[in-house]
Amino acid sequence: MSATGIGAAVRRKEDHRFITGQGRYTDDVNRPGQAQAYFLRSPHAHAKIKSIDTKAAAAMPGVLGIFTGADLAADKIGGLICGWMIHNKDGSPMRAGAHPALAQGRVRYVGDHVAVVVAETLAQAKDAAEAIVVDYQELSAVVETAKAAGAKTVIHDEAPDNTVFNWHLGDKDATDKAFKAAKHVTKLDLVNNRLVPNAMEPRAAVGDYDAGEGIFTLYTTSQNPHVARLVLSAFIGIAPENKLRVIAPDVGGGFGSKIFIYAEETVCVWAAKKVGRPVKWTADRTEAFLSDAHGRDHVTHAELATDADGKILALKVHTTANLGAYLSTFSSSVPTYLYAPLLSGQYDIPAIYCEVDAVYTNTAPVDAYRGAGRPEATFVVERLIEVTARQLGKDPAKFRLQNYIRKFPHQTPVIMAYDTGNYAASLKKALEIIDYKGIGKRKRDSARAGKLRGIGFSSYIEACGIAPSAAVGSLGAGVGLWESAEVRVNPIGTVEVLTGSHSHGQGHETTFAQLVSDRLGIPIDNVSIIHGDTDKVQMGMGTYGSRSGAVGMSAIYKAIDKVIAKGKKVAAYVLEADEADIDFADGNFTVKGTDRKLDFGSCALQAYVAHKFNGQELEPGLKEGAFYDPTNFTFPAGVHICELEIDPQTGVTKIDRWAAVDDFGVVINPMIVEGQVHGGIAQGVGQALLEGARYNSDGQLVTASFMDYTMPRADDLPSFDVGMTVTPCPSNPLGIKGCGEAGAIASPPAVINAITDALGHEDIAMPATPQAVWRAAQKSISRLAAE
Amino acid sequence: MTTVSLTVNGKAVSANIDPRTLLVQFLRENLRLTGTHVGCDTSQCGACLVHIDGKAVKACTTLAVSVDGAAITTIEGLAQDGKLHPMQEAFREHHGLQCGFCTPGMIMSAVDMVNRRGHELDEKTIREDLDGNICRCTGYHNIVKAIAAGAEAMGKAGVTTRQAAE
Ligand code: FES
Ligand code: FES
Repeated sequence: MSATGIGAAVRRKEDHRFITGQGRYTDDVNRPGQAQAYFLRSPHAHAKIKSIDTKAAAAMPGVLGIFTGADLAADKIGGLICGWMIHNKDGSPMRAGAHPALAQGRVRYVGDHVAVVVAETLAQAKDAAEAIVVDYQELSAVVETAKAAGAKTVIHDEAPDNTVFNWHLGDKDATDKAFKAAKHVTKLDLVNNRLVPNAMEPRAAVGDYDAGEGIFTLYTTSQNPHVARLVLSAFIGIAPENKLRVIAPDVGGGFGSKIFIYAEETVCVWAAKKVGRPVKWTADRTEAFLSDAHGRDHVTHAELATDADGKILALKVHTTANLGAYLSTFSSSVPTYLYAPLLSGQYDIPAIYCEVDAVYTNTAPVDAYRGAGRPEATFVVERLIEVTARQLGKDPAKFRLQNYIRKFPHQTPVIMAYDTGNYAASLKKALEIIDYKGIGKRKRDSARAGKLRGIGFSSYIEACGIAPSAAVGSLGAGVGLWESAEVRVNPIGTVEVLTGSHSHGQGHETTFAQLVSDRLGIPIDNVSIIHGDTDKVQMGMGTYGSRSGAVGMSAIYKAIDKVIAKGKKVAAYVLEADEADIDFADGNFTVKGTDRKLDFGSCALQAYVAHKFNGQELEPGLKEGAFYDPTNFTFPAGVHICELEIDPQTGVTKIDRWAAVDDFGVVINPMIVEGQVHGGIAQGVGQALLEGARYNSDGQLVTASFMDYTMPRADDLPSFDVGMTVTPCPSNPLGIKGCGEAGAIASPPAVINAITDALGHEDIAMPATPQAVWRAAQKSISRLAAE
Repeated sequence: MTTVSLTVNGKAVSANIDPRTLLVQFLRENLRLTGTHVGCDTSQCGACLVHIDGKAVKACTTLAVSVDGAAITTIEGLAQDGKLHPMQEAFREHHGLQCGFCTPGMIMSAVDMVNRRGHELDEKTIREDLDGNICRCTGYHNIVKAIAAGAEAMGKAGVTTRQAAE
């Protein structure tokens, strides 16, 4: 392994700009003559708009334009779309209502977009927005996930019972049969709490219009600028793709929330032409809380059947998923194909049946958030496994071991064909790291100090490397999920890689360069990674679903193959040898069995000067592109163990130890991969202990700031012990499985399993705040006293 | 409009501003020093943290006029003569950043922490003291390591913390 090649903990190339304050995020972009946009948002969860009077506001100082849904409609600007069609059990398509970028006569959640004011300054825009008179007729709001279906109030006429779809997966009859034969059945009612992604950089957009060329440019906080351009062009109708450039510069975290195409960027780019000035909008944090797509929000009943020996026979799940007031870009795929196919976990479960009812409510749209469907599935499986082990009086580690899948490939009853893995190896390593043998003593020590100690497991699996295009197409996706790459070798042998992946914290500028440096045998500083600009990079699909390593790097790998193949042709001419006799290794083309060689840089120069060959026989230049479409999902898996201590006097839960052992396949940069695990665990611990988006019964978001919504801070978390096992992924050339979401998927059940272990309860709801834990602890104490 | 005169990263600046201009707006919009970020509107996240006369202050809740005459250091002013501050180096070396959005505030906060609490910082101290800064990416694990290492490096470099920062 070279110091900068695959497997090395290379320090990040992108860091210099970030640590010196030279990062360039969307809000740092300022265009000459730029005006400011401010969105007037609905204060009501549900209302008819009887009229909007903008006259007085339009006359206020600095105002350049005020626009409403009627203006968008007049310009034939279409609504926002949901790109994944789900079919009901009876085969009929899902029931989706329209999603206008600015309201058309009706608002459906607090924060819904009513009008936009464009003014010289933000203060002027805000002042003018206050002067817009909107006559609302309030309607009653539907807020609760479990009560939305069949509520009297109808949110979209297209979905008369507020149900978007009733979907299912698996074999109901086989599952019912297995349950009948079962010796033991565990039943749990679970809520997967609603979360707000809260990337630290709020969403932002700058729209610009070049009247001379008729070209729009949109700078936006996007994880997938090409997908944004595709949607804005083909569906919303801003401009044809060749007249619309989308740039996602440095993006300050996404976690899914910046995949989607939102109202604000749509309106900013359109309004730039309307007012003839660049238009900027940056969310403040409250707007982010109100209008970023939220995550999770499932209500589930689940049952697990086992035989007399504790062998799992079947799993049955019913979930109601809240999709909010409108269908966001990929919302429908999250509680369906990103969820139910993961319900087999790491276990050999012969029969599974899952039903999902997706509902509209008068809340912000819900879509993918780190893990997207897979954390929800893992929570169901790992809570059931833990509780079953307890009810059967089995050690939770041994019970898992007993039911692990051991033979690969393994076809689950819910679509997925797991290719490889070694779950027992991860468990063994995690047990060592946490010192499982010593837990009894540590529990006694805690008890002596008046504390309750618990340990909780989570054996998670995820499907990443999203995704084989034909497979997702057959499941309803409106796009293919391949990735593109272009490797441009310059005449002196430096390399630019243009990738359709997008980095917003993942460190692609480093890891992708490591791959190139490793394969071409050139210094890492000679490699630049270019992403995030539709004018520079050919069509690509962006970054989400832990896909950039497995899919994005595989595309680069393929393009490098082609560069090497072309380089061999060039070298054959230069070295006057047969192409078949040319080898390439360590940055040199050599002629087999001789000492004749041509280094990579010289080969590049020869390719461009083209003196040694006839340009008719071999094209000059050294630049190759590739599209890589994966052949299977990848299946990162691992075991996380959380050990914590509860102070029953205060209800405060302190995580004492965390062991994470993950199998991500081949790791390009262990430093970056561990960082991804740390961040994911923190988000999962946040979900388990601290975070919860709450609407009151009127549909007002009562957790709309960092004062009310508890973000994990440094002293809420421990340091993490991260270990790895490796089974290379067989379906892509690098053997990568992906690591971006694992921590967030694994950690919530590990925490809840540990808390319930400490308290001796079967369940506690997330977030297990000090108040909730304190209440539960009092029950434990009185029960213990009675015993 | 009101006139405000400040020293920012060692340079004297003077401007005529709307009195409601926040310091963070003044830095980002008037001076185009966009390294100082805005992550919230309730003074909770620390993305906007700068040093005012050597002390950490959240620039999102400070009116520019209220610091008339003060010396401000932002992330752009931390490196001296092209040489990174030891705390900047430590964040890179220990992978204390991912998306980089919280990073300027984290680094300014970390330097201030060393100013107040010295060069030997244990994990508990760092975690408690970092209460005013939110990071969504790193889980803090590597930030904590970076700060401990940066504090030590600041000591070894013999720069008194305040000199290093201002
Ligand atoms: S922006 Fe100042 S504390 Fe968040
Ligand atoms: S590095 Fe992204 S918020 Fe801290």
